[in-house]
Amino acid sequence: MSTLIDGAMRPVYLDNNATTRVDPEVLEAMLPFFTEQFGNASSMHAFGAQVGGALQQARRQLQALLGCEFDHEIVFTGSGTEADNTAILSALETQSSARQPRDEIVTTAVEHPAVLALCEWLEKTRGVKVHRIGVDAKGRLDLEAYRRALGPRTAIASIMWANNETGTIFPVEQLAELAHEAGVLFHTDAVQAVGKLPIDLKTSEIDMLSLSGHKLHGPKGIGALYVRRGVRLRPMIRGGHQERGRRAGTENAPAIVGLGKAAELAQQWMAHEQTEVRALRDRLEAGIVERVPRCIVNGDPESRLPNTSNIAFEFIEGEAILLLMNQYGIAASSGSACTSGSLEPSHVLRAMNIPYTAAHGSTRFSLSRENTQADVDRVIDVMPAIVARLRELSPFWNEQTASEVQFNPTYA
Amino acid sequence: MWEYSEKVKDYFFNPKNVGALEGADGVGDVGAIACGDALRLSIKVDPDTQIITDARFQTFGCGSAIASSSALTELIIGKTLDEALKITNQDIADFLGGLPPEKMHCSVMGYEALRAAVANYKGEAWVDDHEEGALICKCFGIDEGYVERTVRANGLTTIEQITHYTKAAGSCGTCIEGVEEVLQKTNAAMVAEGVLAADEAFDPVIAIRPVRRNKSPGKAAPAAAPAAAAGMTTLQKIRLIEQAIAELRPFLQQDGGDCELVDVDGNTVYVKLTGACVNCQMASVTISGVQERLADKLGFPLRVVPVPAGAPAYA
Ligand SMILES: Cc1ncc(COP(=O)(O)O)c(C=O)c1O
Ligand code: FES
Repeated sequence: MSTLIDGAMRPVYLDNNATTRVDPEVLEAMLPFFTEQFGNASSMHAFGAQVGGALQQARRQLQALLGCEFDHEIVFTGSGTEADNTAILSALETQSSARQPRDEIVTTAVEHPAVLALCEWLEKTRGVKVHRIGVDAKGRLDLEAYRRALGPRTAIASIMWANNETGTIFPVEQLAELAHEAGVLFHTDAVQAVGKLPIDLKTSEIDMLSLSGHKLHGPKGIGALYVRRGVRLRPMIRGGHQERGRRAGTENAPAIVGLGKAAELAQQWMAHEQTEVRALRDRLEAGIVERVPRCIVNGDPESRLPNTSNIAFEFIEGEAILLLMNQYGIAASSGSACTSGSLEPSHVLRAMNIPYTAAHGSTRFSLSRENTQADVDRVIDVMPAIVARLRELSPFWNEQTASEVQFNPTYA
Repeated sequence: MWEYSEKVKDYFFNPKNVGALEGADGVGDVGAIACGDALRLSIKVDPDTQIITDARFQTFGCGSAIASSSALTELIIGKTLDEALKITNQDIADFLGGLPPEKMHCSVMGYEALRAAVANYKGEAWVDDHEEGALICKCFGIDEGYVERTVRANGLTTIEQITHYTKAAGSCGTCIEGVEEVLQKTNAAMVAEGVLAADEAFDPVIAIRPVRRNKSPGKAAPAAAPAAAAGMTTLQKIRLIEQAIAELRPFLQQDGGDCELVDVDGNTVYVKLTGACVNCQMASVTISGVQERLADKLGFPLRVVPVPAGAPAYA
């Protein structure tokens, strides 16, 4: 086992699904827009015109990554969350009329809170009916239930492209087809997919797609909503005419330029993501599973983001794992209750029916193009001892027999 | 990451008294794997002196659960059963230099495990009255169940009362909507059960109207001063302002707009622009025009502030 972090050791960052480091090239592209090129894109003078041109270029860079037909199908927003909220709220307005009321949402039980919390609120305050399609133990969507839920009252189907916790990929192209067969508008939260999976929207049935800058080595606080040409959009934020009146507020020029550059780089790195990053992830996963007894890989091994591995260590708790990993300079995240600040473990793992003995100890490793084999080997090196040390403390674990122990609490 | 004190970190990274105790006299199990934390406390007790001579713990849980368990063993070894039972969960938290509010339940678990172990030693059954809902007020670590019980037990119907009884919502105030929700729900249930009159029940829409910020007297006084200096009563001032606006209106109306006096506060005049004026690029020009005209008329400078149509006259 390697020694404790001593300052000289390079930290190992394996929490790229939470956020990524801004690529130095992205930062470089952004900096002039804080200083010389500070103009307002709406202004008539040269200061404004330069910025207007830069926004245009960023929109084209993003267009190229998404493979969409027109650059004006992209609306910049303040975050991935804002893009998700805009899509759903807009659909409730545009899809419904007195003659054909549509007040239902079809989504999944494993969406990000950017979708789920909004749906919950709409359910509570506006009487919207929400269908939350379930998943199986590998996190795969119940297609039959999805098909049944789509109907004449559905305002929108909003299904994530890839799950942030397990990396499981949903077949969104097929789901969009099914939605259109039922005459239903289709939105996907692709925040985790954009930059990690090849996307070609011009050949797709997807109507709306959300993405976020900080998941692909771009800045935080910038996102975008793709709105297919012809799809109606009711803005969530009204005011000036920015973004063709679809998202008011002076454009965050440095962030938009940064997102554009990040999109360009993501496209260049796409092959690398699919091969090198995937190989590192597989090496990490195999190494841990081989060396640590009683651990389970969560998610769909057949259809998963190349960078994500979610491993449940039975009988121990996730926050304690993270604290010990942090001692070795390794950063990851956990689906345990304690790290989320609530008393329940992750809704994603619960929807997958992962037993509680494992859910609390689930740890997510999410890689990026910045990780190396040395990073991965260091994690493989320290994990067995970390897990063993916490199991030593656990009343549910017997070291001698390496098995579960009976525990009889006075209350449960 | 949570804000843990150095002592919590130390007790997590280097826990003391870990493991099972051979030939324990009392064992207390609390929590469950489903809840995310569980603790088994084993104690040895000298039958003559009733002193706890040894204690060990096994914990499934987060950093502070492990630290709290270890702290508990340190606190009880060498104490008599009676002395040990006087230890509260706050004592455990204090021993560790404090716990984040989200983590106070970890110290509660230690407190309960001790009771369970002592009951086991004495051969008694131990029943906990432990109940936990979602944490609603983070400042004071108060959960939903506690607010609900307090509302019921005392027939509370306002947020102020809840703050007096439980402290909830008494600090940063960001939890106020959550507390209101519990109050409303609980009051509604009480009305349904016939223990509360319907018109006494909490209704946020009636109870919570927008309020005007309390102006500190220090600020209000100088604001009134120029008027006094100009030898004018407030009533005279308002009359003059009304008059000035009346003279201006025909000009605005020519352009399809209008201007109305909403309120006067010290030397700030609130007006409402309507019609073409609202969206007009020149709205700010209009406002400064009004401002100039008023200053001329009254003989001292005034600040004219437009309020959006339909909005109350204060921010
Ligand atoms: C699937 C998914 N959707 C939405 C978001 C929210 O994006 P943002 O942080 O830009 O609001 C995230 C990021 O945490 C995510 O993983
Ligand atoms: S969270 Fe309740 S007062 Fe701060």
